[in-house]
Amino acid sequence: MTAGAAIHVRGLEKSYKELEVLRGVEFDVERGSIFALLGSNGAGKTTVVKILSTLLKADAGEARVDGFDIAVQPASVRETISLTGQFAAVDEVLSGRENLILVARLRHLDDPGAIADDLLERFSLTDAAARKVSTYSGGMRRRLDIAMSLIGNPSVIFLDEPTTGLDPQARIEVWRVVKELAGHGTTVLLTTQYLDEAEHLADRIAILHEGRIIVNGTLGELKQLLPPAKVEYIEKQPTLEDVFFALVGTDQ
Amino acid sequence: MTKRFFSDTAVLLGRSLRHITRSPDTIITTTIMPIAMLLLFVYVFGGAIKHGSGSYVTYLLPGILLITIASGIAYTAFRLFTDMQSGIFERFQSMPIARASVLWAHVLTSVVANLISLVVVVLVALLMGFRSGAGVAAWLEVAGILVLFTLMLTWIAVIPGLSAKSTDGVSAFSYPLIFLPFISSAFVPTDTMPGPVRVFAEHQPVTSIVNALRDLFSGQPVGTGIWTALAWCVGILVVAHSFAMVTYRRRIS
Repeated sequence: MTAGAAIHVRGLEKSYKELEVLRGVEFDVERGSIFALLGSNGAGKTTVVKILSTLLKADAGEARVDGFDIAVQPASVRETISLTGQFAAVDEVLSGRENLILVARLRHLDDPGAIADDLLERFSLTDAAARKVSTYSGGMRRRLDIAMSLIGNPSVIFLDEPTTGLDPQARIEVWRVVKELAGHGTTVLLTTQYLDEAEHLADRIAILHEGRIIVNGTLGELKQLLPPAKVEYIEKQPTLEDVFFALVGTDQ
Repeated sequence: MTKRFFSDTAVLLGRSLRHITRSPDTIITTTIMPIAMLLLFVYVFGGAIKHGSGSYVTYLLPGILLITIASGIAYTAFRLFTDMQSGIFERFQSMPIARASVLWAHVLTSVVANLISLVVVVLVALLMGFRSGAGVAAWLEVAGILVLFTLMLTWIAVIPGLSAKSTDGVSAFSYPLIFLPFISSAFVPTDTMPGPVRVFAEHQPVTSIVNALRDLFSGQPVGTGIWTALAWCVGILVVAHSFAMVTYRRRIS
């Protein structure tokens, strides 16, 4: 059952000094699915991502990414994954195109220029390709960040709060990209504190609370944990988001 | 693995050299202070300083070159610190690259940037009347000592670059290094200094390095002093490197 899982986590523990952040985290992520790790600030979402992407060592427990043990074969794990951290990991001084070429070179790929041009096109950054990243908007920066993570076709992608700090339009763009990724068979683990984000994107949702996964299921299963819905008739008011998009347009 | 180390280091070196060519002000600000000191000491204090025969600018230049390097490595620490803060460091660490190459790229960038600054300062000194009887071999030895001194200070700079919590903290460490040459033979001969100061001045690394450079510039045979200078450089380099690697491992595990 777990042999085919893209990510397999058992009994993961991590403390910073006396502060116990993770106290036995367990979950599996199926290949090609989107898995959302939900939790409030400081719940330990980033710690889980950092451990799985080999940036931090766990105190206890085991984890496998694409079949590789993160503690024993970290180099093989790094070959298969890509991390998009909480803060856009782009080089501000370089242009968008140079950033992509840099990553392609570090992954030892042939023809970095063509790879860069292709991604710029896919992420609608062609016009800004030669500009310094320091002039980019938050949304463009995030798109470039994700584009950099796709170089070398990693089979597992970690997205740590990919839409925090983005405006609603940029957020929807990122969502589109994430869905497209999973459509191509990439496994996505994303962390978020926005409930609607998990609802929109994820095949499975897990809630991390006080160092443990307290629920793990599909949206439907999670909804069944609450008493059945009551039927009430209320006037449907437009939400502020509806108003915003009606005014500024949502042409994608 | 070693092949990967060299190619990854080359790619990352290209990246940080591009940072320098895009903000040449880091080179200019590095050279301003040493050049200002050169002007101040040669044209204001120099006339009153008894330093022996020859022009004072020629006497002074070796110490000024060391100060140039000490002020230049503050930018190395700063560039490393900026990488750590921006998240690009974590991206590199999560990629299948030789992990040491991330640090080495910064170290080599520091050497290149400092060599450029040193050339600028030497050119200014030449305009001010610095003359050297050194041949090609002696100049190469001078360059070798300066590169070694740069590497030594750079590995010291890596430590705050990796561990600093704020921008202020990251550059503060270089101030003592900039002032160390003042209590040495860099500006005045040590024999007029009072007892304890003189003992310190004569036995700290800067004096032996300055004396070695001075001998090389003047075309004189270097005495055994050069071995003291090299021993200081290599010794501090080894210690700083191992401390830097411990700090690095702590940050990436």
